[in-house]
Amino acid sequence: MIGTIAVSTGSLLVLVGLWSALTNRDIIRMIVGFTIFDVGIHLIMISVGYISGGTAPIISNLSDIGVSYVDPVPQALVLTAIVIGLGITAFMLTYAVNMYEKKGTLEIDKFEELKW
Amino acid sequence: MIKKAFTFLMLGGLGAMLLNFILSFRERTALPEVAAHYIEKGPAELGSANIVTSVVVTYRGLDTLGEVTILFAAAAVVGLLIHLNRNENAVRREGSEILKTASALLFPLILMFGAYVFLNGHLSPGGGFQGGAIIASAVVLTVLASPNRKIGHTVLSVIESISGLAYVALGAAGALLVANGFLDNRIIPLGEFGTLFSAGLIPIIYTLIGLKVGSELSSVVISLNGETIEEDDQ
Amino acid sequence: MEILFLIISVFTVITALTALAVKDRVVSVLAGGATGLFASILFIIMAAPDVAMTEAAIGSGLTTFIFFFALRKIRRNDQDHSYKVSEVTNRSREND
Repeated sequence: MIGTIAVSTGSLLVLVGLWSALTNRDIIRMIVGFTIFDVGIHLIMISVGYISGGTAPIISNLSDIGVSYVDPVPQALVLTAIVIGLGITAFMLTYAVNMYEKKGTLEIDKFEELKW
Repeated sequence: MIKKAFTFLMLGGLGAMLLNFILSFRERTALPEVAAHYIEKGPAELGSANIVTSVVVTYRGLDTLGEVTILFAAAAVVGLLIHLNRNENAVRREGSEILKTASALLFPLILMFGAYVFLNGHLSPGGGFQGGAIIASAVVLTVLASPNRKIGHTVLSVIESISGLAYVALGAAGALLVANGFLDNRIIPLGEFGTLFSAGLIPIIYTLIGLKVGSELSSVVISLNGETIEEDDQ
Repeated sequence: MEILFLIISVFTVITALTALAVKDRVVSVLAGGATGLFASILFIIMAAPDVAMTEAAIGSGLTTFIFFFALRKIRRNDQDHSYKVSEVTNRSREND
């Protein structure tokens, strides 16, 4: 049950984040959309590794047998993905600041050379 | 208008795919084979109580090395782009007296907490990435308290390169000395399970990752805060 | 536990929608940070304390700080560039 709710929440966050990134005019709020998209992807990945009734994969006693643990591999993956997400966000923000210093505005419509 | 309709169509398609995924999603009841191996054999093989740590540092250590490299590249690009058009004579309002005093008092304590988090990464939740973020938050506090102070990048880049080099050197030592593969943690004794000095190389490598991530995130924060100068410029 | 999880999930989606809908840039950034914070509670319930710590410290805390540093750079330059900005908006108005 928890896994299904988490997957639905993650999917909603993915949709909201992409919608925000694609339709906003303001560059800063597009980047906020990308961070929300990130959080949604992380939720989906963690819930794929969730096992109902499992505990965190931290073993306190070597002779503990019969305790069910959740899958540690997606957790390790998401751990690094979050850190990379911060790097990418900082990169996007730096670009936004640079674009602002070129044009004096953050409206995406003003950057006409980017139109397709 | 066409662009908006196109966006709507694309998101609708993605939503339909995600809805299909949700409807067919079943929670796992048993671990996949690899994860079962990591959990059953991991503590005896590597001596780390936290399985996520042993996956990050040893089983998937090469991925972590690549990830730290990506973070370094991002930090370098941020520094470069900010450096290109800096404003030399901007003066920022200083932080209030309370903020300054509190940051001077809290800075070493926060650093110590970060070190605690990454030293205990193999025993409890936490590790290099979280500890590095805590160290960077200490830097954020000082930057907020005195924004006009010129902070040299030299110390940060020295810490960053030394820890990166040591990380690769220890990984290569695992491959050459024990011949079990790159980033094997068993080149020093595993020690007693559950104590601070155990799990072979894992605490050492996680400390190096913590220092590297901490200095990279700090340099991102300092660059985005603006006006920094290299010490040899003066 | 399911009820708590459901409530926090609803909060997460609501904060994400707030970040999408609100007019003010600063409120949008703050709502994005709050989304990460609520998601970290979901990670704790899903037995992932490592991920929860990272998400709370990096995904929610440092990211918001970096956004504010960038916003401060933009706003500080707003005063320097105020002439240029008004010129640009005037020109775009003429084009309309």
